[in-house]
Amino acid sequence: MGKAAAPKKNWAKKDWIYPHRHLLGIEGLSKQDITRILDLAEGFIEKNRQIDKKYPILKGRTLINLFFENSTRTRMSFELAGKRLGADVINMSVATSSVKKGETLIDTAMTLNAMHPDFITMRHPESGAVHLLSRKVNCSVINAGDGSHEHPTQALLDALTIRRKKGRIEGLTVAICGDILHSRVARSNILLLNAMGAKVRIIAPPTLMPPQPEKLGVKVFNDMRKGLKDCDVVMTLRLKTEYMENSFVPSSREYFHFWGLDEEKMSYAKKDAIILDPGPIIRGLQIDSKLADDIGRSMILDQVEMGVAVRQAVLEILSHTLQTK
Amino acid sequence: MKPAKQTFTLPTRTNANRKVAYVNARLFDPESGLDVKGGLLTKGGVIADLGPRLFNDGTPEDAEVIDCKGHLLTPGLLDIQVHFREPGQEYKETIHTGSKSAAAGGVTTVACMPNTDPVIDDIAVLEFIHQRARKSAYVNVRAYAAISKGRKGEALTEMGLLHEAGAVGFTDDGSVVMNALLMRRALAYSRDFGIPVAQHAEDANLTAGTCMNEGAVSAKLGLPGSPNASEAVIIERDIILTELTGGRYHVLHITTAEGIDAVRRAKKKGLRVTAEAAPHHFCLTDEAVAEYRTFCKMNPPLRAEKDRLAVIEGLSDGTIDAIATDHAPHDEESKRVPMTHAAVGIVGLETMLPLSLMLYHKKQLSLGEVFAAMTYKPADIIQVNAGRLKKGAPADLTLIDLGHEWVLDPEGFMSKSHNSPFEGWKAKGRAIRTVVGGETVYTLS
Repeated sequence: MGKAAAPKKNWAKKDWIYPHRHLLGIEGLSKQDITRILDLAEGFIEKNRQIDKKYPILKGRTLINLFFENSTRTRMSFELAGKRLGADVINMSVATSSVKKGETLIDTAMTLNAMHPDFITMRHPESGAVHLLSRKVNCSVINAGDGSHEHPTQALLDALTIRRKKGRIEGLTVAICGDILHSRVARSNILLLNAMGAKVRIIAPPTLMPPQPEKLGVKVFNDMRKGLKDCDVVMTLRLKTEYMENSFVPSSREYFHFWGLDEEKMSYAKKDAIILDPGPIIRGLQIDSKLADDIGRSMILDQVEMGVAVRQAVLEILSHTLQTK
Repeated sequence: MKPAKQTFTLPTRTNANRKVAYVNARLFDPESGLDVKGGLLTKGGVIADLGPRLFNDGTPEDAEVIDCKGHLLTPGLLDIQVHFREPGQEYKETIHTGSKSAAAGGVTTVACMPNTDPVIDDIAVLEFIHQRARKSAYVNVRAYAAISKGRKGEALTEMGLLHEAGAVGFTDDGSVVMNALLMRRALAYSRDFGIPVAQHAEDANLTAGTCMNEGAVSAKLGLPGSPNASEAVIIERDIILTELTGGRYHVLHITTAEGIDAVRRAKKKGLRVTAEAAPHHFCLTDEAVAEYRTFCKMNPPLRAEKDRLAVIEGLSDGTIDAIATDHAPHDEESKRVPMTHAAVGIVGLETMLPLSLMLYHKKQLSLGEVFAAMTYKPADIIQVNAGRLKKGAPADLTLIDLGHEWVLDPEGFMSKSHNSPFEGWKAKGRAIRTVVGGETVYTLS
């Protein structure tokens, strides 16, 4: 991986072409699609560690980041990915947009579409909003998180992190813990990990489980110790405080006592188990500070690094799809 | 009749090796159906052995011998709904006086309701009850915790931490959980705890401002009454939510034919639903309120005759699992006011056994059914290790003279309060010795 030159262009192998115009979710992606995206992302990692990070294959292209929710990691990551690939990147956040003045999502979409962007990444608090947008615009749309539905680039960067650390995904036991009910990260990860042949478990209080969780193709646990037993990978999820007020769980101290990841609960997982968290991490709620900072096990910062590479890969394969039109 | 002498001793709980041999007993265990003359040996706090031939070769030399004179030796009785008023209203009752009343009634384990001041909605308050119990109680005192903080029906208590701290269930008690979403969350969240979410089932809108049952008597007295539907709508709703969540649900002091029928159907479906009934609801009807007797003001109220019979039927067919008294001590002033302003409830610990035995004497229930409802069945509802005569079980025992005839006299009750409508009732059967953790805490001689 020491080479600083151009990353491998696995997509260019003629036996595979990304089969969609957008990336709206992990749903619909095959094991091969996922593997190829990860392979391509792999090549960007080393490039991003160099002084010259530019690889301007998207020169002339326009990427609009349209964020209806606050975000640090994802928006910055898309912005860097686009800029490093040479695209013109525009960030639009709701706070300063005409959405505040009462414009509908479709009107916003049509307005942006008239400016001929090549990509729009969108985050929106409502499930399905990104799909609505994708039907109204001519460019490629990337879901940067829609409500409690999907967050595909997060699942891809998690997969890349796991694959690099564990050498594989297939056959691993992965436990996703926390607020499964409201988590788009959980949904995308469940889809991706299942597609890749991992064994997926979800662990949550009964009040934070989606209905009929077994139908998602996972093993369901309410007890952390039972759920973490012999896991290779542990993913923690954030619990939004607003859900505490709605009595999904009674208090943060109770949540941490039963579902917060700490040294003792982690001891039930395999010795070499790794910890992933999509962030932001709330120390003392979903994860103990000591664990979060344990660089031997905590992959939290690796995930951020993988995030840029994965988004570069996604932009590249989508641009290729545009070119073939 | 010469007045009986009652003697009380606080348990020391420091007798790990002390042996007591109960000889000439009629051993009676409702769960196994055991009903045989024999003996029982306790060592420290547990039952070491029992059986018809246990003492054939004599009693152990180092054992204290108690001659049961052929009387009924049952597992110590449970009353899983009592109000001991501590902390907050110690002038009505305390853990000390309430548990003394329990011992006098043959009751060895009680479950306190959380409508204290402060409410038992926090582990610190629960720990306080447990600590007071260790210091001052004659019997085993356990407690429910509230479902919602302050029993306000808004936000869940720390149910998991309270469960770990020893709560035997969750209930907002006198305040029904009207918010169906909160009830759903409580049932779902506590699903795997084993202990129940218990409901005082009355629709708060249907019962607002009422002070007795709605029916012919309330019509005649001109008093606002609460309809049977007020209980049934909540029970039906909660059963639907229990099915949705897979939770564990318990109906406190059930009173109406409609409510009992709902529980019966839920049990048939295999849902985790249980119910209890209070002696006053199978002994009295709303006719008892006829002369504006505030001692007959209860919540839920005394119902019609058909409901009274439905309670007995429910106990008989197992729809109602347990008898619990809703022991509710009130000072005289709280009752010496007009009906609408009077406090609700009556003391029950010292009348539970004699009133329940009336069902046996009237041949409405078998002896086994009567005692099942006061021993292992309530123990299972609140998931405590009690209510069984068997090796290794806690040595909580009640010795009962089934033939003892006496007249109920609330003024002589050990409870700090004497609000009972059963003054002057002739009863047959009485606890003559109560044993808690292998130590005799009460005798009647």
